[in-house]
Amino acid sequence: MIRFEHVCFRYAEAETATLRDVDLDIPDGELVLVIGRTGAGKSTFLRAINGLVPHFTGGTLTGRVSVEGRDTRHNPPRELADVVGYVGQDPLSGFVTDTVEEELAYAMESLGFEAAVMRRRVEETLDLLGLSLLRDRPLVELSSGQQQRVAIGSVLTAGPRVLVLDEPTSALDPPAAEEVLAALTRLVHDLGMTVVMAEHRLERVVQYADRVLQVSTEGAVVDGSPVAAMTRAQVAPPVVELGRLAGWQPLPLSVRDARRAAAPLKERLARLGKPPQPGRNVGNVGNVVARARDLVVRYDDVVALAGVDLDVAAGEVVALMGRNGAGKSTLLASLVGLLSPARGELAVDGKQPHRLASSEIVRLVGLVPQEPADLFCAESVLDELNADGHGARAQRLLARLSPDLDLASHPRDLSEGQRLAVALALVLAAAPPLLLLDEPTRGLDYPAKALLVNVLREYADGGTAIVIATHDVELAADVATRTVVLADGEIVADGPTDEVVTASPAFAPQVAKILHPLPWLTVAQVRAGLETGAL
Amino acid sequence: MTKSLHPGAWWAWALLLATAATRTTNPLLLGLLLGVAAFVVAGRRTQGRAFGFFLRLGLLVLAMRLLFEALFSSPLPGHVLVRLPSVPLPSALAGLRIGGAVTAESLVSASYGGLQLATLLICLGAANSLASPRRLLRSLPGALYELGVAVTVAMSFAPQLVLAGSRVRRARRLRGKSTSGLRGWVASALPVLQDGLESSIELAAAMDSRGFGRRGVVSAARRRATSSALLIGLLAVAAAMYGLLATGSPAVIGLPLLLGGSGIAVAAVLLGGHGVVRTKYRPDSWGAAEWLVIASGLAATLGVVGAGRVAPGSLHTSAYPIVAPALPWPAVAGIALALVPALLSTKPRPQARQVETGELIGAAR
Repeated sequence: MIRFEHVCFRYAEAETATLRDVDLDIPDGELVLVIGRTGAGKSTFLRAINGLVPHFTGGTLTGRVSVEGRDTRHNPPRELADVVGYVGQDPLSGFVTDTVEEELAYAMESLGFEAAVMRRRVEETLDLLGLSLLRDRPLVELSSGQQQRVAIGSVLTAGPRVLVLDEPTSALDPPAAEEVLAALTRLVHDLGMTVVMAEHRLERVVQYADRVLQVSTEGAVVDGSPVAAMTRAQVAPPVVELGRLAGWQPLPLSVRDARRAAAPLKERLARLGKPPQPGRNVGNVGNVVARARDLVVRYDDVVALAGVDLDVAAGEVVALMGRNGAGKSTLLASLVGLLSPARGELAVDGKQPHRLASSEIVRLVGLVPQEPADLFCAESVLDELNADGHGARAQRLLARLSPDLDLASHPRDLSEGQRLAVALALVLAAAPPLLLLDEPTRGLDYPAKALLVNVLREYADGGTAIVIATHDVELAADVATRTVVLADGEIVADGPTDEVVTASPAFAPQVAKILHPLPWLTVAQVRAGLETGAL
Repeated sequence: MTKSLHPGAWWAWALLLATAATRTTNPLLLGLLLGVAAFVVAGRRTQGRAFGFFLRLGLLVLAMRLLFEALFSSPLPGHVLVRLPSVPLPSALAGLRIGGAVTAESLVSASYGGLQLATLLICLGAANSLASPRRLLRSLPGALYELGVAVTVAMSFAPQLVLAGSRVRRARRLRGKSTSGLRGWVASALPVLQDGLESSIELAAAMDSRGFGRRGVVSAARRRATSSALLIGLLAVAAAMYGLLATGSPAVIGLPLLLGGSGIAVAAVLLGGHGVVRTKYRPDSWGAAEWLVIASGLAATLGVVGAGRVAPGSLHTSAYPIVAPALPWPAVAGIALALVPALLSTKPRPQARQVETGELIGAAR
């Protein structure tokens, strides 16, 4: 179906090749997962399949890529549109029209389909992806899970046999990710489509994959079965880590498989009683840093926060969870004074954040926004670090967070993990007593995530109050001492992380799902528990 | 009935109202035109936001016009309302002044002019909110399609810039930088432009991947012939417009040139359309309702023009001396006829119920 024959690719200004001697064959009807560190060349590999690389990006491609016998050398992306459907990272920026129905028809219009065929295919696709009730809705009003499904539908209508997706679930909350993955598995099972996707959130997708392609930073692509790839991988999703720790054979990839193997482990852990809390600062909290009482925040006529009561104390790590649009980002924006409360009170260190000048607020509250690159305004990382007047401290921090980062590079050329590191260094250099992070693990690979967890723990131990808005239940299970669940602008759950996340199936981390009903959340806990139990 | 009117009909209707507005500075007639536009937009309840934006823009234009009149221009003689402190200017700048007396007459005269401009803008806003420009571009003939896409992408660039701008301003506050002042603007301009450019490139990649720009087999010679014919036709039309509008130019280059030029241009567009693979999903159809909408818009224009014939002077209300504006009946009747679309056109599909059920199902999952 898809053939790569000794493919090498180098971007125009790059010194080294992004893809090196890639030689593989993807047969019809497989779901292929592409993994690798950020910046390794996963997107480049995906874009080579439909000819965006090199026709759109420039650069030099040697070797041969062909899809259904059509060589991408002679066929630019538009000529391959009826064979390969490509869905980029941000669905919203790829939309051409205004409404769902028009967007679905767009590819067919470009390819010159008959009007009757178009009508039929649009209806079929609406049903297939569960979009029929949304057909007239403007695209910008859809939730991000719905947008992702529309983006998939908009390439499906042209009738391709191959679907290529770049991180389709990274930005989604767990239920929306389930929706998209369910749609994708339906395409593979019912329609026999070939799906190739890149994804960092392995815990969500590895169980569905028929095979895994690992892109290394040197540009080699290793082809293997999911089990083989997970056995090899240095850092893997919790279900795999737990399987490796417990020595389960064959290595389970899904929660269900793991649960079936988990009975002996559960017996052992049940005898240990209460799980230990390695690296977590529980019960040891200081003064209240931020305090909200009956906080109401409005955008025009939309109530984003409807009466929130919340205290965050020094040394606490609070995970803020909930659906997209539940009010998480609004709460963070209010805490840093970007929004003024319509009613109620809000105080950070006894002061009202929206009344403070921006030079004062940075010393009280640091916010790392969802898109860390938003913070950048200089031409090089070094200038960036020196821009705020405490350059030396920022440089020391960055040297820890990302030791091999070239300070002369342009901030926009950094990988996702490096951008987060620079943003964290900038924000932490002002040593604010309250640190806020909005969706920090989006686009991060496992090593970068592990580093983030360590830094957060260290600052919490040092007495910083930390609030993280996140969809990443594994991150919450790892670092959060407390979890707050928001829904429609109200707090619906607030308590110790182990109690809150085990109570709700949508927010339970994988280890908790496997070991249900025992209150163990992370592999680290299990490891520590087994070690003390063995003594 | 689920069909909505052809976007071309709405744009023609609104532009005809705007044409009527260009012919008069009579505040009563302008007010009537505004009322008709607002009533029809409110009745359709489509994208009211665009209309609100143009409404505010119109008010701003009016206010600016009054402000400039009061500050900078030599007043009409008459009743002095207030004397502003004036700045003496060198005699080389005679005719210009800053400050000084402000008369009621000059303010009234300026408000008529400002109101006319505001009405023009608001008519455009009505067109925008009745049928989005994107929908209008969808109805372009195949040969002009790529031009239409360029316009669509350019238009999507603007709101993206606004979004990116607010994001960067927020980020500057997070860094403890000032968000106002010239230096703040310059520092945030570059990242905003980069963001906007990046998302436009992303859009281009998505369009290319979905088959945009596929061409049928057309010989290079034919393509060249088509585009040069189009160019010649358009040049001829431009020359003809000049001939028609400028007094004193030879009459020969008027009407015949206009007809010939537009003939050539239309032929070129039709010819170019043969090379296009594109088809249209659910094309907007043109029927009796569309003709009626245009006719009602035309009634407003003709009514105002007719009023000028029947009662000369009634279209331009004098500000010196200040008199009550006239209310010529042909204009009133014509403008009233422009209300017809509010009664006749089908309402857009009711969406509220669908939205609710959609969300319920989403929540149930």
